[in-house]
Amino acid sequence: MADAGMLRFHVPEPEVRPGGTPDFSNVSIPKAGSVPRPKIDVDPRDIRDLAFSIIRVLNRAGEAVGPWAGLLSDDELLEGLRHMMTLRSFDARMQMAQRQGKTSFYMQHLGEEAVSCAFRKALSRGDMNFPTYRQAGLLIADGYPMVTMMNQIYSNEADPLKGRQLPIMYSSKEHGFFSISGNLATQYIQAVGWAMASAISNDSKIAAAWIGDGSTAESDFHSALVFASTYKAPVVLNVVNNQWAISTFQGIARGGSGTFAARGLGFGIPSLRVDGNDYLAVHAVAKWAAERARSNLGPTLVEYVTYRVGAHSSSDDPSAYRPKAESDAWPLGDPIVRLKNHLIQRGVWSDERHAQAEAEILDTVISAQREAERHGTLHAGGKPSARDMFEGVYAEMPPHLRRQRQQAGV
Amino acid sequence: MPRRTMIEAIRDAMDVSMARDERVIVFGEDVGFFGGVFRCTQGLQAKYGKGRCFDAPISESGIVGAAIGMAAYGLKPCVEVQFADYVYPAYDQIVSEAARLRYRSNGDFTCPIVVRMPTGGGIFGGQTHSQSPEALFTHVSGLKVVVPSNPHDAKGLLIAAIEDPDPVIFLEPKRLYNGPFDGHHERPVTPWSKHQLGEVADGHYTVPLGKAVIRRPGAAVTVLAYGTMVYVAQAAAEETGIDAEIIDLRTLLPLDLETIVASVNKTGRCVVVHEATLTSGFGAELSALVQENCFYHLEAPVARVTGWDTPYPHAQEWDYFPGPARLGRALIETMEA
Repeated sequence: MADAGMLRFHVPEPEVRPGGTPDFSNVSIPKAGSVPRPKIDVDPRDIRDLAFSIIRVLNRAGEAVGPWAGLLSDDELLEGLRHMMTLRSFDARMQMAQRQGKTSFYMQHLGEEAVSCAFRKALSRGDMNFPTYRQAGLLIADGYPMVTMMNQIYSNEADPLKGRQLPIMYSSKEHGFFSISGNLATQYIQAVGWAMASAISNDSKIAAAWIGDGSTAESDFHSALVFASTYKAPVVLNVVNNQWAISTFQGIARGGSGTFAARGLGFGIPSLRVDGNDYLAVHAVAKWAAERARSNLGPTLVEYVTYRVGAHSSSDDPSAYRPKAESDAWPLGDPIVRLKNHLIQRGVWSDERHAQAEAEILDTVISAQREAERHGTLHAGGKPSARDMFEGVYAEMPPHLRRQRQQAGV
Repeated sequence: MPRRTMIEAIRDAMDVSMARDERVIVFGEDVGFFGGVFRCTQGLQAKYGKGRCFDAPISESGIVGAAIGMAAYGLKPCVEVQFADYVYPAYDQIVSEAARLRYRSNGDFTCPIVVRMPTGGGIFGGQTHSQSPEALFTHVSGLKVVVPSNPHDAKGLLIAAIEDPDPVIFLEPKRLYNGPFDGHHERPVTPWSKHQLGEVADGHYTVPLGKAVIRRPGAAVTVLAYGTMVYVAQAAAEETGIDAEIIDLRTLLPLDLETIVASVNKTGRCVVVHEATLTSGFGAELSALVQENCFYHLEAPVARVTGWDTPYPHAQEWDYFPGPARLGRALIETMEA
């Protein structure tokens, strides 16, 4: 070969950059209802193709079709819609509060609401999620008080974390929501350890691990898959592929593997890919994986195919690295609109009721916000005491910290 | 009282803890069936079953990360990293997660884990079987850092560490596993069976974390030591004839400052000794604390005798290891200053 002597370095690039026309024609979207639903004790080798397909329930007409449909009642679907709408409304208010200087930082879920909201409903009380910073839907769908979330975001006097944590790094053992860390992927292996502990203790609880597409490149993703596979831990290994890791497109983390779900195959872990903007599909797949875990059949890896519609965070401007209208071109649409259309199609919802619900939810969020702000915001009103800074480093304060607290004059 | 090696004492500590509390889980590389490359977990899997003591994949971040998740569930994992030199892949889990879990969740989740790891040189272990990384952990708020120097303490401190509600880094000087070592590599090593501190009581007892002990009372100079250096200090005191007060710190974090300050205020002189490299080593913290707390009692600068600021070499083992001759010279210089 003539050019065999000179190596060329390869760096993947997204199809389109700012100024270009968004194009997802390369994303292959199977028809809703076309992917089979295997038995939960299936041999992972027999469902390898599920790691390269996309499980979908809602079709273009808003109908629920195929073997993954039919698990949720109208009431449950209406509740799911409300959860997603609440999360979106909450996000919008908190994003605005950040812009108003009431807090230092915020991260939205725009476009990804179905993933965490629907997943939560597939778990049982006592199960533990190990979320990233973009699964607040787990809390909303579990009835965690919005005021408490806002208190944390505002780092005010009622903040359950005493002002020690960045906004949105919630923690609630009671609601099965493990303390969020700023360090990416660390919680993925911790989830596996928690699940191992549940099995060691002959318990019936399962764990759910969460990670984004970008963070799958971290070594803890790998160790989690090794441990989950080795010990058949009762854990659902979730990968939320929203196409973007800040400014970096998913191809940088995915490389030549085709899909993130495919990563699980090498570990002998059944790996499914699901339409992350389809509430029904997310719930059905989560349920399937949770049942597998609970039946002692071991871990499942689930890739949620979705799109990060909003900026990465309140400190990010996506127009610097991707086309402005890219989210409009996203072929899996908007999770709220899709569930709304499905419920209308079922005859249990209408545009009028939707508009009314939107207004009601906004009222609820605003009144929660008012209540939270009575306890202070980051720079005004009630705040945690400086003494709180020294507490909780250890179960008992050691002498050197007592000396430092004295020096600080608190 | 029965005599045990440090290995046997450590194993006994885990045995006692596992028998008392079914939440105590032991795992790590080669820890299960084989009983550990240093035999520290021998027999535990046979006695308690694979659910309590098991082999782990070769993944330090996996081992510590899984242990953190288990602790969050409610177990008390006591995990092993085969050599302290190999703890670095787990550093993120230890620093960012284990150490901060209680603080960042305001006690919603806690992390009562122990990470055991053989540490220290003097065994021709070269660059990756000899390191003393304690300063990388003493710099981390939320951790406790323990270094025993004898079988009695090793058992009592390890049981205390396992029962402690916070994450503990438990550094075991492997040079001391089979007997005390004073740096005289040319002499045969005395086994623990011939040493008084090899006396290890059966059953449950603890040595409290955060408490130092005076190994040799003296009036002339205070030597702050831990691990293998405790015996090097004893040899140096004997060989120079200097009446050194030797403090075995046992726990580096939290530190027993009271015992240190009382001793230095009495002697007016202080030499710090450790195997780890000098720059930003734990000796720097000790030296600063002595200077801050004992300034008006000091009659000489605080001296530090440590490993050189180089990676741990192989052939030059005894040029590197701070032995009794080097420490002895520092003691003499400090007395003459």
